[in-house]
Amino acid sequence: MKEGNFRSGGRRKFLQDAAVLGSAAALGALAPAIVRAQAQKVKVGLMLPYSGTYAQLGIAIENGFRMAIEESGGKIAGREIEYVKLDDESNPAKATDNANKLVTGDKVDVLVGTVHSGVQAGIIKIVRETGVLHISPNAGLNAMTTTLCAPNMFRTSFANGQVGYPMGKVLAERRVKNAVTLTWKYAAGEESVNGFKDAFAKGGGKIVRDLTLPFPNVEFQSLLTEIASLKPDAVYVFFAGGGAAKFLRDYQAAGLKGKIPLYGAGFLTDGVLEVPGVAAAAEGIETTLHYGEGIETAKNQAFRLSYAKTYKLQPDVYAVQGYDAAVLLAAGLKAVKGDVANTKGMIAAMEKAEIDSPRGRWRMSKAHNPVQDLYLRKVVGTENKVIGVAAKALDYPPASLCKMA
Amino acid sequence: MASRGVRLAVLGALAVALVALPFVADKFYVQLATKVLILAIFVMSLDLLVGYTGLASLGHAAFYGFAGYLLALITPQYEAASLWTSLPIALAGSALLALVIGTMVLRTSGIYFIMATLAFGEMLFHVFHDTSIAGGSDGIYIYVRPVATIFGWLPFDFEKFTHFYFVVLVATLGVYAVLRNILDSPFGRVIVGIRVNEQRMRSLGYHTFRYKLACFVLAGTLAGLAGYLAAVQFGVVNPDMLGFHLSASGLMMLILGGMGTLVGPVIGAAAMMVLELVFQGISEHWLLLMGGFIVLVVLVLPHGLIGIVSRRGAREDPHG
Amino acid sequence: MELDTFLIQVLNGVQYGLLLFLVASGLTLVFGIMGIINLAHGSFYMIGAYLAWSLSQHLGSLALAILAGVVLTVLIGMALEWLLINKLYHRDHLYQVLLTYGLILVFEELRGVIWGNDVHGVAIPEWLGASIRLTDTLAYPVYRLWISAVCLVLAVLMYLLIQRTRLGMMIRAGAANREMVQSLGINIQLVYRVIFALGVALAAFAGMIAAPVSSVFPGMGNQVLIICFVVVVIGGIGSIKGAMAGAILIGLVDTFGKVVEVDIGGFRVLPELAGTTIYLLMAVVLLWRPEGIFGKRL
Repeated sequence: MKEGNFRSGGRRKFLQDAAVLGSAAALGALAPAIVRAQAQKVKVGLMLPYSGTYAQLGIAIENGFRMAIEESGGKIAGREIEYVKLDDESNPAKATDNANKLVTGDKVDVLVGTVHSGVQAGIIKIVRETGVLHISPNAGLNAMTTTLCAPNMFRTSFANGQVGYPMGKVLAERRVKNAVTLTWKYAAGEESVNGFKDAFAKGGGKIVRDLTLPFPNVEFQSLLTEIASLKPDAVYVFFAGGGAAKFLRDYQAAGLKGKIPLYGAGFLTDGVLEVPGVAAAAEGIETTLHYGEGIETAKNQAFRLSYAKTYKLQPDVYAVQGYDAAVLLAAGLKAVKGDVANTKGMIAAMEKAEIDSPRGRWRMSKAHNPVQDLYLRKVVGTENKVIGVAAKALDYPPASLCKMA
Repeated sequence: MASRGVRLAVLGALAVALVALPFVADKFYVQLATKVLILAIFVMSLDLLVGYTGLASLGHAAFYGFAGYLLALITPQYEAASLWTSLPIALAGSALLALVIGTMVLRTSGIYFIMATLAFGEMLFHVFHDTSIAGGSDGIYIYVRPVATIFGWLPFDFEKFTHFYFVVLVATLGVYAVLRNILDSPFGRVIVGIRVNEQRMRSLGYHTFRYKLACFVLAGTLAGLAGYLAAVQFGVVNPDMLGFHLSASGLMMLILGGMGTLVGPVIGAAAMMVLELVFQGISEHWLLLMGGFIVLVVLVLPHGLIGIVSRRGAREDPHG
Repeated sequence: MELDTFLIQVLNGVQYGLLLFLVASGLTLVFGIMGIINLAHGSFYMIGAYLAWSLSQHLGSLALAILAGVVLTVLIGMALEWLLINKLYHRDHLYQVLLTYGLILVFEELRGVIWGNDVHGVAIPEWLGASIRLTDTLAYPVYRLWISAVCLVLAVLMYLLIQRTRLGMMIRAGAANREMVQSLGINIQLVYRVIFALGVALAAFAGMIAAPVSSVFPGMGNQVLIICFVVVVIGGIGSIKGAMAGAILIGLVDTFGKVVEVDIGGFRVLPELAGTTIYLLMAVVLLWRPEGIFGKRL
């Protein structure tokens, strides 16, 4: 972690105020909490997972965000950025409370977060109530930019369905007749699969069977046996992280690889190809995602080089999403000349912003979800090679589902 | 033990502080205090099981979360539910669930009881996590907090955090009073007798199973009250409200405060909240500190914080 | 479901069950003999898997890694018993639960500090890398069969150790009457330390041999822990036979729960509620025999 200064909304405020309160109590009075105004700085609340399974993602997002800010000298529209970090532990039970700590306790100007979609649901609750400006750099729950959409909420990543939809479109165009889907029984997986099914059915494809297993169970053997006996033309899956690595290896070990083609949302093959045995098991698998390491634009190459230099790490899709979150915020701040209190003005500018991202240029939909190209990628060695655009400027789930549209 | 005068003075100061809090403190602290009080209700209900009846449950969050879910499910999407119907439904739901689960788990004892309660909690977690009846893994919102309108009169408004704080404060005191009364009654003496020696109580002619079940249902209902209030405060419920980590945290608060007393749970809930904030401020590996602290408490502070100041307070470790 | 698919699913269930047995047996031994409930048992499964990964990189072979890992975890187990666990023998189960819950947090965070939060894979040894083709689309990895064989061998060894050896006799006597055994001049402290270390090593060993098929990832211990609790409750605490029966039952129920489709009144009960099947099985067993299938009467 850069600057090593790990502070957080509620707890930082708590410690600060505890000192104030302590001295006040010595005088025999219960002092009201004193919030120091720091007019010259813009307070950015980073509510991300810094511990547990998703810690790496949280760090990548923060790295990307800071990099974008540093590129403009650490200042946006003449105002310095102050970070208030909070570890959300990917714990939905604490989500509203944690978001509230940042918004009410620390009075951040903008709340950036998070990875886990259950935690995101809690953030949405708070930012809708308080009206604080919010940018989500990952969690893809469809509802955020459909039924729950709100003027002060933006997303710089993707909607779960948006990543599944193009794969269904591609397979339908290839005249694949039937498919089996498989995912964990949780919202992200089901929304991704539903996006796939939507496009696949529209193109005339048929779903033979929807298979699921309880999250985060990774005992796939019985489901693989079922797939082998169903013999579909294609299998679409949504898995990520450790589960994805295990699934890819199990699929190969069960002898299904090469017999029944496997497709997935890009998370299936992202960040796992360096794991021994996985690259071989994943070789040739096609996935769709809004980013791929090999996008050959000057912007992407410069981004990758600079990120690798700064953090001694290769950037991933999460770093890109974090980077874009900062670029989006900067666009808003510049439009109001740093007057962060002018939320309306910032929102108007952010809605119109065209983001020059490592993933390619994109803009906001009316529902505040990226309208972006979804790439078709193929695993070659340890790289997700971009082999084409599966869906150009895709707006899915359609922004028309949002009341603002 | 401190003299009666000192105790009264301390209690009086505490009462003044609790009542004055919303008038002097920032919203953040009022909400923090509200959360602590809700947790205190949860831990007190757990204490009835663990500290008084000797039933170490590792699935108590199931009732807490279930009541929260009931409120979320009966709240119309963009309208408010009535407090006077939703609260009784949520409490009755928790009570019924406790009755069903209690009937099964109370057939076991000791270590089986711990494992069985844990497993039932996990089962409930999966019911809400895996199905779409209540938003699956992301949980479900309560857009509008329940209203307390009664015959056109609105005694208090949950949308105002100060009102809500006072309601929770009254609820906490109410739960305390109810438990105090029960524990001082003949019923209370029987359940403590069961903890000390169930065999003897049975040979004295008490139908111990029924007593334990009554305790289990009462504790489940009170946990439901806490869960209902938590759902009102946070406006969102999700499967983790039912899970194993909350149950374990509840036990930790109980031990830290001092079980077998009714003040212990309140102290424990407050102390854990403060500790979490402090640990998180020290290091990003704060879970390491928390884990180490838990180990330490078990080893050196078995009677909890209250055991430090009071000799007669906390319950003795039955084997130790 | 066709017959051959059905049979393969049975094989899947048994194979998964055998691995569960290996983890659960350590839990049940430590409880049955020492009266200690160890929530951190799942953490040792995770530690084993991470050790297999990191040691096999340094030593260049999984077999050597497992050997070194077992030695290491036995030492860790003994140290833990000496430092913490032996303070818990006369304490309520509640304190055992809490202390070991604290250990879960410590181990999970230490894992993050030492090994990071990345996912890792462990290569299957070449001589076990093949697959046996069962149908035209499905093959069965030899390594999975090998795991099953190892689990079976260990189960038999454990049974013999407890029933037929002097150590086993001391163990059984210690479980029955700690004070009497001690008065006979047997160092019960040492016996307990060995048992605890054995339990830790069993969980870690299960994590190590499972690592090549399960991958290595954060949080992997917790899901195993809860399933093992169910196994132990069903089988009867302290019983090796019970752990075996419970594990195989759970393996089968889990396997079929995910693939069988059951509709009741238009609601897809299975696989919609596949996550709850093992708990339902446990509820049924609790109603029928609260002490578990092979447990001693309470």
